Amino acid sequence: MNDKYQQPDQRGHFGQHGGIYVAETLMPALDELKQEFEAAIKDPVFMAEYRHDLKHYVGRPSPIYYAERWSNAIGGAQIYLKREDLNHTGAHKVNNTIGQALLARRMGKKRVIAETGAGQHGVASATVAARYGMECVVYMGAEDVARQAPNVFRMKLLGATVVAVESGTRTLKDAMNEAMRDWVTNVDSTYYIIGTAAGPHPYPQLVRDFQVVIGEECKAQMQEMLGRQPDAVIACVGGGSNAIGIFHPYIEVPGVRLIGVEAGGDGVETGRHAAPLTSNAKAGVLHGQRSYLMHDENGQISETHSMSAGLDYPGVGPEHSYLKDIGRAEYVAINDDEAMQAFHDLCKFEGIIPALESSHALAQASKMAATMRPDEILLVNLSGRGDKDIPTIAKKLGIQL
Amino acid sequence: MSRIESVMQNLKAANRQALIPFITAGDPAPASTVGLMHALVAGGADILELGVPFSDPMADGPVIQRASERALKHNVSLRDVLAYVAEFRQTNTSTPVVLMGYANPVEAMGYEAFATAAIAAGVDGVLTVDMPPEEAEESVTVFKKHGLDPIFLLAPTTPESRVKEVARMASGYVYYVSLKGVTGSANLDVANVAEKLDFLKQYLNIPIGVGFGIRDAESAKNVAKIADAVVIGSRLVQEVEQGEAGLARRLTEFLSGVRAAMDTARV
Repeated sequence: MNDKYQQPDQRGHFGQHGGIYVAETLMPALDELKQEFEAAIKDPVFMAEYRHDLKHYVGRPSPIYYAERWSNAIGGAQIYLKREDLNHTGAHKVNNTIGQALLARRMGKKRVIAETGAGQHGVASATVAARYGMECVVYMGAEDVARQAPNVFRMKLLGATVVAVESGTRTLKDAMNEAMRDWVTNVDSTYYIIGTAAGPHPYPQLVRDFQVVIGEECKAQMQEMLGRQPDAVIACVGGGSNAIGIFHPYIEVPGVRLIGVEAGGDGVETGRHAAPLTSNAKAGVLHGQRSYLMHDENGQISETHSMSAGLDYPGVGPEHSYLKDIGRAEYVAINDDEAMQAFHDLCKFEGIIPALESSHALAQASKMAATMRPDEILLVNLSGRGDKDIPTIAKKLGIQL
Repeated sequence: MSRIESVMQNLKAANRQALIPFITAGDPAPASTVGLMHALVAGGADILELGVPFSDPMADGPVIQRASERALKHNVSLRDVLAYVAEFRQTNTSTPVVLMGYANPVEAMGYEAFATAAIAAGVDGVLTVDMPPEEAEESVTVFKKHGLDPIFLLAPTTPESRVKEVARMASGYVYYVSLKGVTGSANLDVANVAEKLDFLKQYLNIPIGVGFGIRDAESAKNVAKIADAVVIGSRLVQEVEQGEAGLARRLTEFLSGVRAAMDTARV
């Protein structure tokens, strides 16, 4: 790449992806959001408050941890973990919700809404709504409400209203549909905190810019710890916010492979997965953006399969589709059973219970590490902790809690 | 002159307003759609809006969401919808048909292939809910080349700059969404809509239809006093939801009442 990487364009396009595909009623609201965001991110007072809360409320910077025992057990490359699981609320999601809640406050909005899959973004939204004194409504697919019970209760404790969405496949995409419907109805009073680097412009850019703190810290920390950058950075991709957060600062660093890990479910070859990039899905339009999208020949959105609620989504953020197109990032899929194995391994060797979403990235790291030399380095974004997944894991193991 | 344009001109000459009913294609079943289209025309429809079922109808309220779900249980596709229109055209060549739906089914078929098939079937216009002017340059060019009218939405929130952009691209008519919200929302405020229409008319030289919140003869009549066309959707889909027994007759009767009330709007 000779030209400096500068995406998206003024209208939110990342190559052929991105853009704004929403009903007319929302267009002016998105325009206003874009202008406020562009002003806020250049406003030193706004950014100082954002950084202050990341430090004192979230506990940033999150450490990088050398998973030495696990690396030795695998017997190949050395695996380092970016510990986003140690953030307040237990995942990377809060980096973004703080930024967006501050933006909502700046815009004079007293009510925030959010969609959530695994519940991590819902918890992070409910948390910041409490922190900044805002009303919060979280939309969550009814199936996810059932499989993420601890997070549902957590959101309620934090004062949020959780709405179980019964339409469609009753998962993350349906929660997003319902949040969009709420927003179009209450657009004057309400700020929509989208949880991933997807949706209509400016969301993919805005969420990325509130998540790049992950990758920026990594660059400094790796330099300090090892005097060098990793050979590859690995992160799980549903919508792709944790991945774009850690990838973005590395895009122009030569020699660092960027590897996004999608949910392979029962296996990409079975058709029961949530891996639009790995399965070479065609581009399509959903939730306000154009991007690679799992859909049938008639344009109907496909049902997805993953044991991880946070990755169970038919689309992907437009910047990932773009990074795939230009060949800067590689995308692979990890199946449910492989992610489970990595989940157990990290518990056993390192005393860390990872989120099922992050376990996909861990599984990919262990696969790659085994084929690499001991002087090579992998950096995995451990995007969240797995406490919320304990009921799912117990059920898989046939254990009654 | 397009079929929509000619219908609108004739109505204008007679000082009448267009009645535009909406139903979802394939709801409650594929076999019912063509009969229901004729029933709507018998009730006084001037233009038909036919919803293309989509798995993720983000801009629709529960009533039209359920209609989409019922149609998708029968795997009704965009190609099927075009087949219904072709069948309707065997006996009706005068009533314009507008397809209303979401971008992805059209994207999946491809703009050229879709426009060619739509014109062959006898479709007159296309309203793609989630395709604002900013992203519609390419599709509008293709649609116009084939003779399809691109219908656009305008909303209470639409500022002057965007009205101008829509005016530049739209043909046939524009659809003013009277409320912030999804389809099937509460009743509209006529005085408020009238004020907004005055603002829009400064920039548009094609007819303006008003929809969202029109549920009966009275509200249709009130809108007919100020707009060029009245769109009724969720109220009719609710009728479909009541069951197939006597459905065609019920739709005709309901629309006839609306039509009669509208025709007293400007006497």
